[in-house]
Amino acid sequence: MSDRGAVDSLLQRAAPGRAEFEDLVIVPLFAVAVALILGALTMLATGVDMATIGRSYVALLQGSVGSLGALSETLTAAVPLVLAALGLALGFRTGLFNIGAEGQLLMGGLAAVIFGFSFPGLPFPVLMPLCLLAGALTGALYAAIAGYLRAATGAHEVISTIMLNLISYRLLDWMLSLDWVQREGRSDPVSRSVPPNAELPRLLDWLDPNLRVHAGIFLMLLAVWAVHWLLFRSKLGFEFRASGANPDAARYAGIRASLVIVLAMALAGALAGLAGANQVLGVLGRATPGFSAGIGFDAIAVALLGRSHPVGVLFAGLLFGALEAGGRQMQVDAGVSIDLIGIIQALIIVFIAAPLLVRAIFPWGFRRRDKGGAR
Amino acid sequence: MTAIDPRAPAVADLGALRRKRGTGAALIVLAGVILLLFGDAAGDATFRLSRPRDAWVLGDLIVPALPVIQIAAALTAFLGARQFLRGGGRWTTLSLGVGLALFVMAFLVWATAGKAFSLTGMLQATMVRAVPIALGGLAATLCERVAVVNIAVEGMLLAGAFTGALMGSVIGGWGGLVSAVAVGGVFGFLLAALVVTYRMDQIIAGVVINLFVLGLTSYVSSQVFAEMRHLNNAPVFRSWKIPVLGDIPVIGPMLFDQNIFVYGALVMVAVSTYYLFHTAHGLRARAVGEHPRAADTLGIDVYRTRYIHVTLGGMVAGFGGAWFTLGSVGRFDENMTGGRGFIGLAAMIFGRWHPVGALMAALVFGFTDSLQQKLALLQTPIPSEFLAMAPYIATIVVVAGLVGRARPPAADGKPYVKD
Repeated sequence: MSDRGAVDSLLQRAAPGRAEFEDLVIVPLFAVAVALILGALTMLATGVDMATIGRSYVALLQGSVGSLGALSETLTAAVPLVLAALGLALGFRTGLFNIGAEGQLLMGGLAAVIFGFSFPGLPFPVLMPLCLLAGALTGALYAAIAGYLRAATGAHEVISTIMLNLISYRLLDWMLSLDWVQREGRSDPVSRSVPPNAELPRLLDWLDPNLRVHAGIFLMLLAVWAVHWLLFRSKLGFEFRASGANPDAARYAGIRASLVIVLAMALAGALAGLAGANQVLGVLGRATPGFSAGIGFDAIAVALLGRSHPVGVLFAGLLFGALEAGGRQMQVDAGVSIDLIGIIQALIIVFIAAPLLVRAIFPWGFRRRDKGGAR
Repeated sequence: MTAIDPRAPAVADLGALRRKRGTGAALIVLAGVILLLFGDAAGDATFRLSRPRDAWVLGDLIVPALPVIQIAAALTAFLGARQFLRGGGRWTTLSLGVGLALFVMAFLVWATAGKAFSLTGMLQATMVRAVPIALGGLAATLCERVAVVNIAVEGMLLAGAFTGALMGSVIGGWGGLVSAVAVGGVFGFLLAALVVTYRMDQIIAGVVINLFVLGLTSYVSSQVFAEMRHLNNAPVFRSWKIPVLGDIPVIGPMLFDQNIFVYGALVMVAVSTYYLFHTAHGLRARAVGEHPRAADTLGIDVYRTRYIHVTLGGMVAGFGGAWFTLGSVGRFDENMTGGRGFIGLAAMIFGRWHPVGALMAALVFGFTDSLQQKLALLQTPIPSEFLAMAPYIATIVVVAGLVGRARPPAADGKPYVKD
């Protein structure tokens, strides 16, 4: 029996079996479907009629993948989500629940803007990467505060990162009111603009100037590859995963737990900061209060949905980007508030994070496992 | 024990010594900071102890600003030096606490120098602002005592606030309050179902509930409330003064001239302390939090205990959430809890998983919160953004354990699988 078990587990590793197919494909599909149905019920409950519900889901589809412009919007919305979620996934793998992507993103974006307008004379190939770097470094430093506190004093990172988020909002408000940051001649909190030679170039504006998709998608793909390599091919990534899987065992194996925590938080912050820099350099062109627009929180959902795997995060980010872009269309076409998307996203994660729940609702989708054939 | 490893006590001594020295040095630095930052104060600081229409009027407390600040700095320096040379043990935490209190006092005197400031008004506001935090902390305490980490307190507060506004507008204040408590209980039950029955990761479950409540309440408030304003216009519970006690100067307005939420919070803290630490049921609940398998062996139904306490915690949080609408403005705004639930979690940790401790910690947060509001009126040269950060920074400092480390229930956060 034990031989048989060993062979089975080897085989399973070589060829993903039915069980993994269920986990990776069927559960997410069910989750999305059930969330959309429950979303429709929510609309019904708030007095939206059936025709409008149908129209809003059509708009959701059209606005996300219905045209070249829609695809461009989906990709534009997905880039920062994937970048920030990659960082969070790195943290989850290390056993750190970092809720601070929002604050790290704000700080990183602000740093990128400030660096950009401080050195407008530098040529594009120097200035743009340096702006991204400034964003990443600032995000890393901001996140490292929480990492250090966790490592040195045991302060739970959930609470400290949430507090750092709240602090970052005020810090941003204050920075935007400083003379050397605020745009000349404005009394409202708006930063100076990023110079054109620091912007991430748009890719398709020669087709239609409204297509906003920009070079950030290459940054996103590069980050997916880099995080995958780091997590699954490097020694550091092994230490991260070992610490996440069993902190005690990792410590006895000689892995420096404190260092791993600080490094993982800093890397997560760097990716979130990069997401912020990507937003200001590619889409917004300046910093305003709350320019992050909740991306840091949505990224938590993306990382969970992607099962903390870089490739999964990529697809989850694309899905959430599509929901975001489609949600805007939905608001315009059907007059249904975009906040509905938040409900749908939360429901998707519930069903993803509690596979037992999905199995309880749809027992017929998982008949193989119940018979015990795979074992 | 000591014979086996003679180095162990020495190592412990070294750690204690370092902590003692570190605290001492920090206090001396704090004294320097007091002198440096607040040393430019001039004139008298006037603190009003009574409000104009009080029954018994106390005179104003007038102190000369600069001498008081210098005395505070000297006292802090003395405490620091004493701590550095021969402190340790209980003295470490005590000195740090007294030093921080002196710092706050010096700051207040500096900010008030040459002006007048209503101390009673600030203490009353402290109590009011502590209410949602204390109730959030109490809710989290009830859950964590049975080893369920409740990050969802924030969402439960928000759900309570929303329900309070909606149902309060439809069926009146008391109906709104009862509905808010019920809805909080529903979310508590939902959390219990997710983490106990479906064994979802407790933190993920909490985050999901927070996201869901935020999405749902924001959706309804922009989809429905924007057009039908009469659904978002609830009556507010006015303050109700207890005869005689409410007339006591300073503490009367703070404790006995408040609305039902303040009284409710105080009663709940008292009742839950008695329940958790002086009744058989409370003992069983704590056993489930410390060692569920042992509790199970003794015939305590671990799952049922967790369901009951998490649902109770949700009801407490729902009551606390109703404070935001029925207890203050009567109207719901998107994300109006603004992280108070998380500060409540910090209050629970600061308060060492004890209801009274959580209340005390909440008062500290309420104090920084109301201080920030009142200081905006005094026009200090500090940017208001930094004052607004104060409660959050205080939370981080507290959670980072500068005030001493606390021990959570042993099984905290771990799901229990029955054999």
